[in-house]
Amino acid sequence: MSLSIAAKEIKPLRINYAHIARRVGENKPATRYQEAVYDVQPTTNFHYPATWDTEHQLFDASRTAIKMKDWYSFTDPRQYYYTAYVTARAKQQELMENSFEMVEKHNLLQNIPAEVLDIVRQTLIPLRHVEYGANLNNQDICDRGYGVTITSLASFNGFDRIGMAQYLSRIALLLDENEEDTLVAAREAWLTNPVWQPLRHAMEDSFVLADWFEIMVAQNVVMDGLLYPLIYERLMAKLAAQGGAPLLMLIQFMTEWYDETVRWTNQLMKVTAAESPENAALLSQWTQHWLARLEPAMTSIASLGFGDQAAEQVMAVKQDLVTRLAKNGVKV
Amino acid sequence: MAKKLNMRKRYELLTRGLGWEPTYQAKEKVFSNESYEGIKITDWSKWEDPFRLTADAYWKYQAEKDKKLYAVMDSFAQNNAHLNLSDGSYVNALKLFIQGVSPLEYQAHRGFARLARQFSGEGAQIACQMQSIDELRHAQTQIHTISHYNKHFNGMHDPFHMHDRVWYLSVPKSYFDDAKSAGPFEFITSVSFAFEYVLTNLLFVPFMSGAAFNGDMATVTFGFSAQSDESRHMTLGLEIIKFLVEQHEDNLPIIQGWIDKHFWRAYRVLGLVSMMQDYMLPESPMSWKEAWDIYFVENSGALFNDLARYGLRMPKHHEVATAEAEHLSHQVWGIFYNYIHAAAFNIGLPTEAKMNWLSEKYPNTFDKYYRPRIEMWREMEAQGKRFFNMGLPQLCQVCQIPMGFTEVSKNDPMQIAYRVSEFNGEKFHTCSDGCKDIFDHEPEKYVHAWLPVHQIFQGNCGGAEIPDILNWYHFKPEDGGDYKGSADEARWKAMKGEASPATSQSNAAA
Repeated sequence: MSLSIAAKEIKPLRINYAHIARRVGENKPATRYQEAVYDVQPTTNFHYPATWDTEHQLFDASRTAIKMKDWYSFTDPRQYYYTAYVTARAKQQELMENSFEMVEKHNLLQNIPAEVLDIVRQTLIPLRHVEYGANLNNQDICDRGYGVTITSLASFNGFDRIGMAQYLSRIALLLDENEEDTLVAAREAWLTNPVWQPLRHAMEDSFVLADWFEIMVAQNVVMDGLLYPLIYERLMAKLAAQGGAPLLMLIQFMTEWYDETVRWTNQLMKVTAAESPENAALLSQWTQHWLARLEPAMTSIASLGFGDQAAEQVMAVKQDLVTRLAKNGVKV
Repeated sequence: MAKKLNMRKRYELLTRGLGWEPTYQAKEKVFSNESYEGIKITDWSKWEDPFRLTADAYWKYQAEKDKKLYAVMDSFAQNNAHLNLSDGSYVNALKLFIQGVSPLEYQAHRGFARLARQFSGEGAQIACQMQSIDELRHAQTQIHTISHYNKHFNGMHDPFHMHDRVWYLSVPKSYFDDAKSAGPFEFITSVSFAFEYVLTNLLFVPFMSGAAFNGDMATVTFGFSAQSDESRHMTLGLEIIKFLVEQHEDNLPIIQGWIDKHFWRAYRVLGLVSMMQDYMLPESPMSWKEAWDIYFVENSGALFNDLARYGLRMPKHHEVATAEAEHLSHQVWGIFYNYIHAAAFNIGLPTEAKMNWLSEKYPNTFDKYYRPRIEMWREMEAQGKRFFNMGLPQLCQVCQIPMGFTEVSKNDPMQIAYRVSEFNGEKFHTCSDGCKDIFDHEPEKYVHAWLPVHQIFQGNCGGAEIPDILNWYHFKPEDGGDYKGSADEARWKAMKGEASPATSQSNAAA
């Protein structure tokens, strides 16, 4: 299509929406990310009190003790809006699809020692329930949180958890040639095996937290910050060395996902802690509380794969997490 | 050889047993919203997920769809394809859309997140979470599509600020706040069933076919692209209703009550769409009445016939809405003709051709009731006495539309309908039996309504004078008023080479 209209006649009236211009300036074009997230959430003049939370407005910044002058101070370093998010995940899922196909076609699990596969069954597969719980927590953040940059990211994060729970289920089905024994056993272990109970208990306690930002810290910073390095880096590396290398192809999504997640959790902690000493103190207090709570829970499940080295492994991932938090202004 | 799994079984295994059964915390605490509305769920596992869409398949399909959508959006902007519109006045439909509809998509995103946290059955939980993220998609793709129009036309520059404040936008906002402040089962009945299932075609088809008829390919593309998500949402709406009614007999009257309420609530919001459809589109593919006959009378009639075996009946006052179909758009447009100086879009008197189209589409009502009024207003305009109502209207306590609907179902279509209720010694006014019923059922809720006119009188809207209020809305002088003589019209003419560039420059700077 070509139009012979003089350029001055179709000169734009403005470059940005006004609510975007107030943040990025009149003359600097906004990115798609900025347009998609800034100030889209309602902030005022709500009509009716929520029947499910009569103490607060429908959208209410006071549902957390964290205080921000501007709830859009934090932006996602990945700049995920919906399309950017699904586009990134579509690429990753394509890789995963190829990996599953490859492993299945060449029967790559066949030559993995039985004891390695047992650890996968006992340690990896029950994590689908952890992912589901993490999803609930992130849906909660999306529901009760404040500011689109934070809540949309929780929505994506929760969706990823369902994806990962399903990938873990597929590993179980691959192990059992599409029978459901491992899935059933993993659920039973999750519900009754003493090894899993401290973690399940801690998750249920996180479900009932009133402050959504504390859920953010408990789930996405502390729990993930211990669990992912422990399982997907350390344990899987150990299993790979013991003849389980093909398994790495099946958890590639999770390892990439965690590297990506750390980028925004770091940024969120940094921006929130830098806002005020009060915020920093809260983050520090919550982190300490959940570290203390989750360290033994992690040691308990680590015992399945690491035996008597479990405590040492958990200590190491904890140290990494504490160092990472300190760099971002959260002292533990 | 691994055993073969069909799609249904495979999906079932992938999500097998994921639902959370708390033992360390009380179930009523973990899923604290699930029981307070009186809905009884005896067995969530009876919920059959109608989509069986895994997360990885979702990412793949949605990314493919969005790739195409953004390619169209980019080429639209690059080619300044707004110049292909049938007429510049068409853009007023988009103004109404970005101010009134896109913020609701966002609200739906957050509302479904609550359901995705609060429903303890994993089937419904995952379906709600998918809808939540879809709704975010709709809000964001609409913002991105309309962003280009915002660069070239007025009235779209601050839609989210406006949505929280402007008098006519409190109609859609209060409707969604109503659902969102309710419990999760009422929310899903309202949004997924009453709105998405029963009435969504009356929102999307008018906007999207209007876009297609008027050369707006960008909007058509996001509309079609959203359609595949909408069909999932509609299925969810129907499935949840059947599921709830089958779960326990006590659920039926509660659900029917919500259907009655939210049907009427949503129908009143659609009054704005009827005006857009009949009066704001330069080229109209179909009238409000035609759309109502197909999408409500026929389709929903058939739907409720099917639902009769569940004990559900047509929503209360549906016959009033059907009777009003020959009046609605004319009355809503009439209200806006009076107050367009205080709006962020333009309308104007219909052309002779449009009047003839209205006569043809509304043979029983237009010439008899509405043409004479328009001719009178035309006469006044010709004499330089364009009529604007400079007072503030009385609003319905429930739907928040200025009182202007008439006693159509009482065969008195020239008599404005007023209903009054008393609560705590105060009088509250509503526009119809439908709105009055809603008020009387939960007066303690509706007394809280943030009624724009009351708020202005209480000094909460930037001042007492209209310019102060418009300033508080972030309206600019060129945003409202008649299309004829508007800044947008001048720019459009300049763009199309129908006026001297000097005129267009002065308007661009205005």
